Amino acid sequence: MGRYIIKRLWHGVIVIFGVTIFVFVVTRLVGDPVKVMLPLEATIEQRAAFEKQLGLDRPIWVQFVDFMTALARLDFGDSLWQHRPAMTIVFEKLPLTLELAFLGIGLAFVLSIPLGIVASLRPGGISDRSTIFVSLIGLSVPQFWLGLLLIVIFAVQLRWLPTSGVDTPAHIILPTVTMALPALARMVMIVRSSMIDELNQQYVKTCTAKGLPIYRVVGVHALRNASLPVVTLCGWELIRAIAGYSVVVETVFAWPGLGLTAIQAIEREDLILLQAIVFTVAVIVVFINILMDLVYTLIDPRLKLA
Amino acid sequence: MWRTGWRERLQNLRSLGLELWRDKAGFTGVVMIAALLFMALAAPLLAPHSPADQDLMARLKPPVWSEKGTWNHILGTDHLGRDVLSRVIYGSRVSLLVGAAVVLVAGIFGTMLGLIAGYARGRADNIIMRWIDTQVAFPGLLLALIILAVIGPSLITVIIVLSINGWMVYGRMTRSAVLSVRETAYVEAAEVLGCNSRRVIFRHVLPNLTSPLLTLAILEFARIVLAEAALSFLGLGIQPPATSWGLDVSSGKDYMFRAWWLVTFPGLAISITVLAINLVASWMRLISDPQEREKQFARQMAARGRKHRRKEAAVL
Repeated sequence: MGRYIIKRLWHGVIVIFGVTIFVFVVTRLVGDPVKVMLPLEATIEQRAAFEKQLGLDRPIWVQFVDFMTALARLDFGDSLWQHRPAMTIVFEKLPLTLELAFLGIGLAFVLSIPLGIVASLRPGGISDRSTIFVSLIGLSVPQFWLGLLLIVIFAVQLRWLPTSGVDTPAHIILPTVTMALPALARMVMIVRSSMIDELNQQYVKTCTAKGLPIYRVVGVHALRNASLPVVTLCGWELIRAIAGYSVVVETVFAWPGLGLTAIQAIEREDLILLQAIVFTVAVIVVFINILMDLVYTLIDPRLKLA
Repeated sequence: MWRTGWRERLQNLRSLGLELWRDKAGFTGVVMIAALLFMALAAPLLAPHSPADQDLMARLKPPVWSEKGTWNHILGTDHLGRDVLSRVIYGSRVSLLVGAAVVLVAGIFGTMLGLIAGYARGRADNIIMRWIDTQVAFPGLLLALIILAVIGPSLITVIIVLSINGWMVYGRMTRSAVLSVRETAYVEAAEVLGCNSRRVIFRHVLPNLTSPLLTLAILEFARIVLAEAALSFLGLGIQPPATSWGLDVSSGKDYMFRAWWLVTFPGLAISITVLAINLVASWMRLISDPQEREKQFARQMAARGRKHRRKEAAVL
């Protein structure tokens, strides 16, 4: 077990290292940060001064060593847009993104299990078919459009909920639902298919034959064995929510988390802030990945040996 | 060399068509995709206006069925007086083009690496799988944002970025399939007969991966249409003079409260396209998975049996 954790941590370090090198190469070698960050009409002197300020006039390997040492101190430099340390901004925005992602995926997880189980009890039945159909629609609707529709219906027409922002607890309802629905569609499908697989197993017949009530057979024995793929997907959904969907959902609802900040950083051509965001999210993603692997070994003792 | 005659192929195609006709959802999906393809190819003939034509006298006109609508602009006009229907028709081109390009680039690259990893094994396999594992653990969209921020968004950048993000699934699947096919008797026979490895891979291994790869490609296509729409919506995809559904939803967003049709129709177009692809993909999965086929077949036989017995009972 200890060796396994160390191996996973090592892989995590490699991934983070990979992300950093990628970010470094893309921002310094593929693109020209000065051209991106300064206005077109900047004079040659201004460009040189700016290069000097960012340390871009030195040899590339010196820059790399500098970049890595600064990174070890979690110091990306000051944001060009807000003129304060980029990491301060990131830590300010991060809780909002995590809140939204955990609430959204949590909601999807809680709803997906009963819905998936009901669908799996009679494969091909009416509840199964309608679940599949609704899930297919949920998979096909773009998330940003779903968010806009919810705003039009619940905020503009019915006036039940606020459109955007973070002022009251009611503000989080629509973003959470928008975050949850596509994930819910995918998770219901997985709960359904893995429950169908388990319910066809011999041990389920044994349980029923020895007289266990159906809710115990389904809810305890089959569900526990079916939970591995569900937990896997749940971890993936959480990662996708933090590292991807948050950008879209936060933009739609003006939810000032990391995703919206990333888009604003791109609009204001603030590569320093963007680097800090990407690095932070990469660390979180790696951390969740490792956590997921540990959860597997708790659920499925067979994996402990691997 | 063994080849199927055209007669046999026609037969196969017919039975596939019959099977498709029996699965109503899959059939609907195929018809919808065919209609979309036609729409994209024949856009200049179908669209009543040019998608970029502005008419400042007819701004924010509602669709034809509302009070102030006109037949000139069936789905209304946007804030610059551009015809929404024409823009939706032209938008299909970008979605399908990006989807097809990314599936081709990522699919070919991923399949190639997967074939190499699975067939060569050893060091090459190790390196490729490490690479895939590391990249899968990357936060894909954020890295895409960095690339887009540095290079600047355009059609080509979108295709490149989405391909970089999407090739790993093909690689993984191809490798695992190759590993199992490799052990079969016919591959061994081909090797014993003296086929070189390229011939074994392309003539004996790859054809057996066609149907799972095709299913995966269709699923990926749906995912990419959504991703392109999301990038364009964020302003990081297709850029303004061009048309894209995601872009239109984004520009309609500012007029959402006065002109609901501006966000509704392009969004509906994306949803219908992705739904059609998903329907086809789930049908493909059903017919290409032997286990599923067996279930399907058993169900049909059971149904036929019931009908038969009922008939007999009626006669008696």
